[in-house]
Amino acid sequence: MTQPQHENMLEVKDIKVYFYDDEGRELKAVDGVSFSVRRGETIALVGESGCGKSVTSMALLQLVDSRGKIVGGKVIFEGQDLLLLPEAKMRTVRGKDIAVIFQEPASALNPVYTIGEQIIEAIILHQKLSFRQAREVAREMLRLVGIPEPEKRLNEYPHELSGGMKQRAMIAMALSCRPKLLIADEPTTSLDVTIQAQILELIRELQKKLGMSVILITHDLGIVADMSQRVVVMYAGKVVEEADRTEIFKNPLHPYTIGLLRSIPRLDREQTKLETIPGVVPDPSSFPVGCRFRGRCLYESPTCCEVPPPTLVGNNHLVNCHHWQEVRQGKETARF
Amino acid sequence: MNRGSKRWFKKFFSNFSAVLGFVLLLFFLGVALFAPYIAPPKPGRDAYMMPIVTWSSDPIPPSREHPFGVAGKRDIFYGVVWGTRTAFRIGIIVTISSTLIGLVIGSIAGYFGHLVDELLMRVTDIFMAVPFLVAALVLATILGAGLDKVIIALIVFSWMYPARLIRGNILQVKEEQFVMAAKALGVSDLVVILRHVLPNSIFPVLIQASMRMGSLVITAAALSFLGLGAPQGYADWGALLNYARNWMLGSQGQALQYWFMTVFPGLAMVLFVLAWNLVGDALRDIFDPRLRV
Repeated sequence: MTQPQHENMLEVKDIKVYFYDDEGRELKAVDGVSFSVRRGETIALVGESGCGKSVTSMALLQLVDSRGKIVGGKVIFEGQDLLLLPEAKMRTVRGKDIAVIFQEPASALNPVYTIGEQIIEAIILHQKLSFRQAREVAREMLRLVGIPEPEKRLNEYPHELSGGMKQRAMIAMALSCRPKLLIADEPTTSLDVTIQAQILELIRELQKKLGMSVILITHDLGIVADMSQRVVVMYAGKVVEEADRTEIFKNPLHPYTIGLLRSIPRLDREQTKLETIPGVVPDPSSFPVGCRFRGRCLYESPTCCEVPPPTLVGNNHLVNCHHWQEVRQGKETARF
Repeated sequence: MNRGSKRWFKKFFSNFSAVLGFVLLLFFLGVALFAPYIAPPKPGRDAYMMPIVTWSSDPIPPSREHPFGVAGKRDIFYGVVWGTRTAFRIGIIVTISSTLIGLVIGSIAGYFGHLVDELLMRVTDIFMAVPFLVAALVLATILGAGLDKVIIALIVFSWMYPARLIRGNILQVKEEQFVMAAKALGVSDLVVILRHVLPNSIFPVLIQASMRMGSLVITAAALSFLGLGAPQGYADWGALLNYARNWMLGSQGQALQYWFMTVFPGLAMVLFVLAWNLVGDALRDIFDPRLRV
């Protein structure tokens, strides 16, 4: 935020995505989210399911479900507002400059085409290569993501690959055009733990090799600690806290962030019961006025009926809470 | 031959009913193809018109000369053989055209949704609300005699079924993540529909089409039976049954006296429908990617 402009590869400013249900009600799924990504950096978008992290990330590519609409904001990617680009121009950005890997490799790969056909489609779309050359690149990509026998795998259908292999193939497809920014939407949620670590390691390695930035969407704070330099915590369509990784883990100031951190199971501490945040995420059609965490928060007071202002506290640490000072004091006495 | 197609062939032939359907279909294809050799037409005459073989309008039971007998002064064997061509013609033209129309309308409705969907589906509803046979009957009457008129009438009132089916499937498939993944790769709408959505939703439509192929022939026969469609004497299974209309009940004390008039054309129809249904079933088992293990 305080960094000079040119360092930011991507700047998302106050983006708003609203959905409209059958009765014409407005659901403010993403309501004024801002963050920025520096070159080569990994930022993590963290939050519960349904908090709008995936919608936000797909809105960067102007890909919103037909019931939704991007109603405001700016997505400045290398000095250009992507939201102003016409669809045809936008298509050249998708896949080429910004690529996405999805949560479930099993459903993100088309079952009727072979792995090779799908990767080659992606390559030919954005690069002037013959089929033969594209096939060569595809094989190279499969090798790069650590798939054994890439030549054979090219001719296999997604259902013939294991979950981890599918995710690797998905990554190969996303990276085949050497994107500058990779959006990884819960890339490891559907994989088992050992494969998770491998895939994350792979993403990190490729990030270094190709020098791209990554937006990592996750609800797993363990992955956040492992992978990202900056963390953006979202709740109910809004950013509640943003800080560097170490700062978030050592000095969280938003009650929601603290709740999230406390609900991680830990081995190094005696725990009989896992802590949870009381209540549930409010329905998008009836978000509370003011702070959206109202009703689940320990620090709630009448002032919370007003929208909390983003406050800069310390180095690069942004928090949207009226009570962050109390939180900081309270924490010193609490056991956390 | 690659591994995939080998597997399909293996599956196909390990299934008895599939083989039966396939053999029946091949048999009908053979009959249609070799009709000029099986039942040679008189030189200089339109081969599709059944030649008149007797001056009496009484039916003649099967004999060496007329293996299936004679109805309405015409040889039933000749009619059944050349009628196979008519059946294929009606079935194929109507099925392909109605499926294509249905595909286009259903795809547009399903993919774009909202108002477009609402509009197209209500039109579809209107067409579906009219009883199929009655509607086809009325339209064929308005258009006048001729096989082509029957074909048009059948197309006009049968595109809704593939349209609905493809729309439903597209609605389901377009929520799949690979559609979003394709869009996120920068693939255009048209290519997303053609390459990613349709191949995943088209199989039920093809299967339905192959099954409809048979039943359409029945409907066409029903129209000819009612005297619409093919002109007098045209080789058509339904027209043959039309000749049997006055003789179906047999004579005093001999209810089954004129059995050959209905049995041979009827058998041809039943087997034709059966063949398409079995092949449709087999296609579903083999080709639907979502049923692949």
